[in-house]
Amino acid sequence: MFEAVLLTVITAATPLLIAAIGELVVERSGVLNLGVEGMMIMGAVVGFGAANLTGSGTVGALAAILAGMGMSAIFGLLVLYLATNQVATGLALTILGLGLSGLIGEAFIGVPGLKLPRLEIAGLSDIPFFGPVVFNQDALVYVGLGLVAIVSYVLFRTRAGLILRAVGDNHGSAHALGYSVLKVRFLAVLFGGGCAGLAGGYMSLAYTPQWVENMTAGRGWIALALVVFASWLPVRVVAGAYLFGAVTVLTFHAQAQGLGIPSQFLSSLPYLATIVVLVIISANRRLTLVNTPACLGKPFVPDR
Amino acid sequence: MKNLLKAAVAAVALTAAVGSAQAADVKACWIYVGPVGDFGWSYQHDQGRQEAVAQFGDKLETAYLESVPEGPDAERAIERFAREGCNIIFTTSFGYMNPTLKVAAKYPDVKFEHATGYKTADNVATYNSKFHEGRYIIGQIAAKMSKTGTAGYITSFPIPEVISGINAFMLGAQTVNPDFKVKVVWANTWFDPAKEADAAKALADQGVDIMVQHTDSTAPLQVAQERGLHGFGQASDMIAFAPEAQYTAIVDEWGPYYIHRIQAVLDGTWKSEQTWDGIAEGHVKMAPYTNLPDDVVAMAKETEAKIAGGFEPFTGPIYDQAGELKAAEGVTLDDGAILGMNWYVKGVDDKLPN
Amino acid sequence: MRIELVKRKEHSHLMTVLSPLLAVVLTLLTAALLFALAGKDPMIGLYKFFVEPLFDSWSLQELLVKATPLVLIAAGLLLCYLSNNWNIGAEGQFVFGAICGSFVPILFPDFQTVFTLPLMLFFGILGGAAWALIPALLKVRFSTNEILSSLMLVYVANLLLDYLVRGPWRDPEGYNFPESRMFSDAAIMPSIGLGRLTIAAPITIVVIVALAILLSRTLKGFEIRVMGESPRAGEFAGFSRGRLTLFVFAISGGLAGLAGTMEVSGSLNQLLPVISPGYGFTAIIVAFLGRLNPFGILIAGFVLALSYIGGEAVQSSVGISDKISDVIQGMLLFYVLACDTLILYKPRLVRSRRVGTREA
Repeated sequence: MFEAVLLTVITAATPLLIAAIGELVVERSGVLNLGVEGMMIMGAVVGFGAANLTGSGTVGALAAILAGMGMSAIFGLLVLYLATNQVATGLALTILGLGLSGLIGEAFIGVPGLKLPRLEIAGLSDIPFFGPVVFNQDALVYVGLGLVAIVSYVLFRTRAGLILRAVGDNHGSAHALGYSVLKVRFLAVLFGGGCAGLAGGYMSLAYTPQWVENMTAGRGWIALALVVFASWLPVRVVAGAYLFGAVTVLTFHAQAQGLGIPSQFLSSLPYLATIVVLVIISANRRLTLVNTPACLGKPFVPDR
Repeated sequence: MKNLLKAAVAAVALTAAVGSAQAADVKACWIYVGPVGDFGWSYQHDQGRQEAVAQFGDKLETAYLESVPEGPDAERAIERFAREGCNIIFTTSFGYMNPTLKVAAKYPDVKFEHATGYKTADNVATYNSKFHEGRYIIGQIAAKMSKTGTAGYITSFPIPEVISGINAFMLGAQTVNPDFKVKVVWANTWFDPAKEADAAKALADQGVDIMVQHTDSTAPLQVAQERGLHGFGQASDMIAFAPEAQYTAIVDEWGPYYIHRIQAVLDGTWKSEQTWDGIAEGHVKMAPYTNLPDDVVAMAKETEAKIAGGFEPFTGPIYDQAGELKAAEGVTLDDGAILGMNWYVKGVDDKLPN
Repeated sequence: MRIELVKRKEHSHLMTVLSPLLAVVLTLLTAALLFALAGKDPMIGLYKFFVEPLFDSWSLQELLVKATPLVLIAAGLLLCYLSNNWNIGAEGQFVFGAICGSFVPILFPDFQTVFTLPLMLFFGILGGAAWALIPALLKVRFSTNEILSSLMLVYVANLLLDYLVRGPWRDPEGYNFPESRMFSDAAIMPSIGLGRLTIAAPITIVVIVALAILLSRTLKGFEIRVMGESPRAGEFAGFSRGRLTLFVFAISGGLAGLAGTMEVSGSLNQLLPVISPGYGFTAIIVAFLGRLNPFGILIAGFVLALSYIGGEAVQSSVGISDKISDVIQGMLLFYVLACDTLILYKPRLVRSRRVGTREA
């Protein structure tokens, strides 16, 4: 029972996790991209379409990444090279993505999708409890966790990560030191777009293999919230995503047990829990202020 | 970029030359609450619109607005159609009820048809389908096929249509297995595939082996397929998404009604009515019975025929959860009691909000 | 080849006028292209989308009806954003305000006097402000990020509304459907004109004018701008960051709550499970599109309303899908934002990238 619940929680958390880790990198570079929902939904439709046309889930996942990157490139060009307002541009990106995905997806309505194969590791998946939980998931579950590990390593253990954080914390100084602030940020935005696209692809390829309009249903916003929730630390994104997934899944279990609590109250629990945890974390200033990218949302135009 | 602009200019020049279509005898318009691509509620209504188009050809002109949110935008959308010369306007969600009446009062010559509501006027009719008839049949199938004796039931919102659906399902199941159990889960959404999938997985983990849904996406059935369980489609035939898991589906068929009402406008015989039709009139259809042994198919078909012949699933004896008698032996609940249902029959393990 | 921005010495007045026009032309071209791709007559499409709504009295009224809540909410957001307070939960404040404003006609249906409506509006403002003060207080007391907490409270407010309308506030004569009782006439906004336009529109104009005066003529306005541009300088001047946060959130929530109550009272006449088609989120775009200027958001609200009304018009009359309207709306925003760049910067094409230009 516990094992089964854990399995469900992990799949529920994976799209949030992948999208959030991408956005974390974007925000660490000092850019706030509120268009995650738009990039995710584009990833969902393009990934579904590509998998459907080629018959390959892998091609679908790659196409989803490219779709997310394409959307983020539009955002990056506007926000970085034309210095437009990031909040408004991000919201516009979401509107565009929802409309465009609907247009593209008209041909795929009512078509059953391909299910990404599970990654069964021979022998290991048969171990009781740990087997199914750890070794019998969609390939993308591992990709998500792998991404967190890589991002964590790169951000804090490599020179590239140092530059990225420097650009996000003080773009003036980073520029003075000779780093191309805009190029670093553009690459970060592309990475974030790729992740959001992949997260969308996960929804339409693995989670519920189908295409329907608006199928991401607001998960892009939750991913955005998770980044702040995690106070810009990759490991906390995992904790946040799993916590959010767990509360969502457990409310259904509570209902199935017939506890008789109004379902609206249960449905609001994940959001209330997020606020409470956030307050607890942020009340401890040492934990948050250090990690908040100081230049988040501020445009940078190189002076010459 | 230059080429794009050129293409745009050329396209403008080309298409500007195409003339407009000839005027039709009647114009019918639809307001949908979701996208026509939801493969559920709005999709089925649009299928009905297309059936009407196929039936009437040039005599009928149609238009629709999709994803019109219930709320402030609805009245404007409905009034727009009334102003644009629609002769009959179908508003296909409960939340459009009062906006429909308001606009109808201003445009007495236009006919309005509101789905799933209860308020009428001289130029406002209502229509709905007896979905609970289909739910009675799937209740019987579920009780026959379940090994654990427990079904999971994913629901959207506690409105009478959903509650009467749960009750009819239970009454059907109890004719086969009086101790049949159902676990009800409220997803608080009509349409969110991932959330519906989460609910379905939670139910599967709680040991149900039959999945029933009153939400619109195919996700719960897909979960059933994946877990080797079984279930029933909702609104449209979802067999393509769950070839081994779907037993049957309760399909909304709006086409016959739309054709009937548009014909009435053409003939000048349109009247404000409250239509509530079911299996007998072809408004509710059962998708082909699949993945079932012959005797269960035979039972389902027999029940379907019985309902088509006039049998009402809400026929006594019916007891509510407290054990109070709601309908005595042989007595049938009246339409109002079913359309406004806010209590569970005995055996449902869930509490309703008051 | 790449684009480089050169900061202008001062705002380009020419571009201030030209940039919106340029954005409109680009939007029209894009829209024409999309219509043509969808196999529709682009000229008819353009006319129905952008022109007809402006020359038809019904459409014009509807434009104002749609723009009113957007402008009112954006007016409050403006204060927040100018002072670096990122309230993105106006949707929740709109909903909670509407709930608070509606308890009078729902729980006391027989209380029908001239005071009914003013009392509702008062409670609406109070409710919206209270809901907005939650993230503000959390920010001031625990430095909790307000973007997140205000956004999360949107979901909570919507679920609360859902619970009330399906549970305790359900219309006793409504056959158990999720809706409250209809408001009495005393609880409904007086209408002006023949259509759905109510006194909400003039109230909004008054608010905008008051806001413009507050920002340009008062010490509070000065404080808001200083604290937004340079919080440290503001603190030296004796302004309190915490108190300002509470102030702008309260005003912004209050205006959202007012908008919610006026919308429910003037347009719906009852509470339903869904009362807002995303006004609180669209208003964020309006605030930025209006360049965080009170009169700018007036125009921006109108433009956004046009993109909705026009989108509906082409969908119903030409059969162009609402997804195309979404795409056009998104592109319009991109163009406006990109063209605004020209006001502050001069773009320059740089052909080659030689090493050492940095020192030049």
